[in-house]
Amino acid sequence: MSPTQELRKTPLNAVHRALGARMVDFGGWDMPVQYSGIIEEHHAVRRGVGLFDVSHMGEVEITGRQAFDLVNHAATSAVSKMAEGQAQYAGLLYEHGGFVDDILIYKVTPEHYFLCVNASNQEKDFEHIAALRQSLGYDCRVEFTSPRYAQLAVQGPLAAAVVQQLTPVDLKTIRYYRFADGEVMGLAARIARTGYTGEDCFELFVAPEHAGALWARVLEAGAGHGIKPCGLGARNTLRLEAGMALYGHEIGPDINPVEAGLLRNIDLNKEFTGRAAVVRCAEKGPSRKLCGLEMVGRGIARDGYEIHVDGAAAGWVTSGGPSPTLNKNIALCYLPAEAAVPGRTVQVMIRGQLVDAVTVNPPFYKRAK
Amino acid sequence: MAYPENLRYTKEHEWVLVEGDTGTIGITDHAQSELGDIVYVDLPAVGTKIGQGASLGSVESVKAVSDIFAPVTGEVTAVNDALTAAPEMLNQEPHGGGWLVKVKLGAPDEVGKLMSAAEYQAYIGA
Repeated sequence: MSPTQELRKTPLNAVHRALGARMVDFGGWDMPVQYSGIIEEHHAVRRGVGLFDVSHMGEVEITGRQAFDLVNHAATSAVSKMAEGQAQYAGLLYEHGGFVDDILIYKVTPEHYFLCVNASNQEKDFEHIAALRQSLGYDCRVEFTSPRYAQLAVQGPLAAAVVQQLTPVDLKTIRYYRFADGEVMGLAARIARTGYTGEDCFELFVAPEHAGALWARVLEAGAGHGIKPCGLGARNTLRLEAGMALYGHEIGPDINPVEAGLLRNIDLNKEFTGRAAVVRCAEKGPSRKLCGLEMVGRGIARDGYEIHVDGAAAGWVTSGGPSPTLNKNIALCYLPAEAAVPGRTVQVMIRGQLVDAVTVNPPFYKRAK
Repeated sequence: MAYPENLRYTKEHEWVLVEGDTGTIGITDHAQSELGDIVYVDLPAVGTKIGQGASLGSVESVKAVSDIFAPVTGEVTAVNDALTAAPEMLNQEPHGGGWLVKVKLGAPDEVGKLMSAAEYQAYIGA
């Protein structure tokens, strides 16, 4: 973005600054990267509970008689299998199979789908879906509704204990990847058991004017549970441990879902944009695949670092850093398919030196059920 | 945090403490604060000769890696090995226990051109 353009702000921007958060430019958004420190915030989410402002995420809503047909054609996943009140992870693809974005679909009613999309892709996603509607001629409406929502994520094993204090909705009735529309603090809210950390999780969508009050009330309700406000730094280390993809790193316009290991989020028994390319790649077998790495030698693999297999440059790191939970240095990377199997020793070029690492299957961390 | 008067500071946020012909080198409180949780430190071996402004090694936080530049010319005579096991000391005591290396000064005149504590604080807007 050009320096003359102002950074976009969530409704909680002043709250973050008052808390002394370190703010960064995240894809054009002025967002908190940390409050007390990334490691402390990371542990709060793994061991207790953390609160994130994720209001930068975008929303696109599809309503009308053929809302299902449009969503089902745009998204890779089995939208037909969704129940009302269910959420589903999916890819939005180009015809060539690369990612427009990865999204969460929330089925509100058979004629209303609510999509939560990545902040930096929201306009692009909206235009992609709106163009698809036009070309298919489906009878439904595509709306860009990001300005109507603030989104707070309460994440961690104690998340339910905190959120339950704020709502009459029995959270035990909302299973993982389900949601309910109800009241939080007496205000209309969408309460979703979804998240991006690998822990138990709730995401609360509320009107932006109520974000400040809700933020304060969640912190108050969580005080006895050691809740911490958490920034995008911890969000990234948590999702990396959980092996979750981040647009611009593990997925993007030049990567297809077969390469990214996301075939389980694809329903090949239906038509969708990009299906032919995905089928071709799946039948032929991808030439490269997403893989996990654990560093063996001293050093941290960072995004973009080159990986050597059998003495030659063969892949690259997509996300890497220290894992505070495992106390290891971990990474996700692309490797030639034949090398992307667990137990291979490879080398990461770290600042001019080749350092040993071993391949592993992500996720690096899985919570106990 | 206070910036000790007896240290000299660089624009790249390193400091040097001169005692006789030895210079002790570290990074400033401002630098550690900007980096956040430091998890890894890469330092040169004893005996390495380094020119002023050359890379002395690197410091990595959870988020990023940063070069450390030598504030003075010299030969490394000691390395703070405690940082290998406890890199967080760089966050906790940047101007003390978190020192990085000691060097035998090769060009003592260089020190006078570095910033004083007051100049450095003005530089970072503290």
